[in-house]
Amino acid sequence: MAFLELHGLTKRFGDFAAVDDLTFTVERGSFVSLLGPSGCGKTTTLQMVAGFETPTEGKIILDGKDLSGIPARERGLGIVFQTYALFTHMTVEENVGFGLEMRKVSRAERKRRVADALDLVHLSHLGNRYPRQMSGGQRQRVALARALVIEPQLLLLDEPLSNLDAKLREEMQLELRRIQREANVTTLMVTHDQSEALALSDSIVVIDHGRLRQDATPFDVYETPQSSFVSRFLGKSNNFSARLESAGPDGSKLVCGSLDLQGPRVDLAPGPVEIALRPERITLVGADAGQLRGTVAERVFMGNQWLLRIETEIGDMLVMRYNTGRAEAEQGATVGLSWKPEDIRILPAEETSA
Amino acid sequence: MTSQTSRAWLLSAPALVLFAVLLLTPLAMTFVLSFNSFDFYGGIGNDLSLANYAEVLGDSYFYEIFWRTFLIALITTVICAAIGVPQAYILYRMSPFWRSITVLIVIGPLLISVVVRTLGWAILLGNKGVINTALTNIGLIERPIRMMYTSGGIVLALVHVMVPFMVLAVWAALQRQDPATEAAAESLGARPRTIFFRIVLPQAIPGVLSGSLIVFSLSASAFATPAILGGRRVKVVSTTVYDEFLNTLNWPLGAAIAMLLLVAVLAVMLSWNRLVERRYGEVFE
Ligand SMILES: Nc1ncnc2c1ncn2[C@@H]1O[C@H](COP(=O)(O)OP(=O)(O)OP(=O)(O)O)[C@@H](O)[C@H]1O
Ligand SMILES: [Mg+2]
Repeated sequence: MAFLELHGLTKRFGDFAAVDDLTFTVERGSFVSLLGPSGCGKTTTLQMVAGFETPTEGKIILDGKDLSGIPARERGLGIVFQTYALFTHMTVEENVGFGLEMRKVSRAERKRRVADALDLVHLSHLGNRYPRQMSGGQRQRVALARALVIEPQLLLLDEPLSNLDAKLREEMQLELRRIQREANVTTLMVTHDQSEALALSDSIVVIDHGRLRQDATPFDVYETPQSSFVSRFLGKSNNFSARLESAGPDGSKLVCGSLDLQGPRVDLAPGPVEIALRPERITLVGADAGQLRGTVAERVFMGNQWLLRIETEIGDMLVMRYNTGRAEAEQGATVGLSWKPEDIRILPAEETSA
Repeated sequence: MTSQTSRAWLLSAPALVLFAVLLLTPLAMTFVLSFNSFDFYGGIGNDLSLANYAEVLGDSYFYEIFWRTFLIALITTVICAAIGVPQAYILYRMSPFWRSITVLIVIGPLLISVVVRTLGWAILLGNKGVINTALTNIGLIERPIRMMYTSGGIVLALVHVMVPFMVLAVWAALQRQDPATEAAAESLGARPRTIFFRIVLPQAIPGVLSGSLIVFSLSASAFATPAILGGRRVKVVSTTVYDEFLNTLNWPLGAAIAMLLLVAVLAVMLSWNRLVERRYGEVFE
């Protein structure tokens, strides 16, 4: 049995379902991300687990215990809020010690555990500061220490890194993962940043409009997205509508516009489908080689890689090439595009969403 | 940089002129006046001396008035804080619809003249006023309780006048705090009472302090309320100044008392501010 289970969790505000029949599980000790665009119901889900919102339907089971009816203060979860929510009138040590004080932990033990927690987040030297005297990254760590010091069964993080600038965010990603491993705490993180989710998680739960779209490891979510939405939400993707002509054990035949394509084997019935191709799986070859010919419409140099937008007969294609030390095709050049048939992902045609 | 500075001066010029003409000039004239001599037959003399100040500072009668004034202001401030803080917290927790109605109710009294409100209190508090008549009629008291012309009556009416200022100051401070801090405290195991006293209230302290500053200085220099409810019997500094100017016609002495009140209030405000800065400077922005 999984450590945390959400069963058919639903939250309606009036007629509007912010979270709609959400079911997934979190294994003990793992790091799971709830990923989705803004307004898809991530925070609402987290708030229900935390006990700040009551589910309209469904239940949450933590370590075999149904959480419904248990108030937030008795759930014993560690929560890091998006704004950190530090107590501005208390020093770092007082902030971190607050949860222990509420648990009536003796002064001596409190001192020891606060010191341990600050050690874990590398802030031992700043215990006497007030939050206002700290940088964004440091405040973030204080919030983390405050949540971890109570030795929570479950750590909940709501967009913990979104208030940090890009460079600090990357550093904190590594830090967060280290701290989570060292504290060995089951973690559920909410984020709308796909790279953060990919980098940190053991498993990613993708939601859209309050509904579960896919629940898998980062690698699987990226490599074998199960819907057009997931393929486009995680990383860049070239998506085209196509027709599946036949699907056999050795591969499938597709028609995309005027183009005949080979694809991997697939479990779909012939008919309209959507195909997705990652920009980094496409190689540029001579104009007459490859499956498709196109003209370079834009070329962007990004340091470690080039990003090219190529106009082709089936539509615009994004192509990503690693910078290997020589210039890529110029703007206006005619190039051939080539890829392996198994790099194509065949997805059910996007249902026209209501 | 310099052009920006000069533009800033230029833009604030109208306000500065207004400030100088309407506030600084009369203030300076009062200041000078306070050093002039006064004679019942000769009127105001042009010579300068510290005689007026010596007269005020050497007379226990004036000490008593100053002492009473500041005590009234202090008690008013404390009561305003005791009423205003919970009121502001309730306001802060209300749904937006009820909040806008309640804010209107809270600041509504400010739209009515202080004189009118104070006269209302006079009707209530008089020996033959509404309260005493009612209490006598239901047989709770035999003789009327004296409420007019007492310091208590003045405090009561001042509190009524000043509470909105406290509520607004505390409410502003509450709104500046991150609502997630309450949720954070709750998730750490704090009960509602603990959350209020350990998390909400301390973060509202800057608002209480600035509200106290406003209420104290306005109460110490209030005129209409003590004039109507205190009359000649319970004198405060501002009514004494008024009497010196308009009854005794000893303008220089009145000016000296007014200057002393100004300095005293200013001193209280500045030291209060210093205290707050020193205590909370590193905690709050
Ligand atoms: N109290 C509420 N009343 C009505 N609607 C609400 C309420 N809280 C949230 N919603 C709606 O529910 C939806 C989901 O909100 P939620 O805060 O969970 O989104 P989110 O996924 O966390 O988004 P973001 O990434 O922007 O934080 C939103 O459309 C929001 O407008
Ligand atoms: Mg959110």
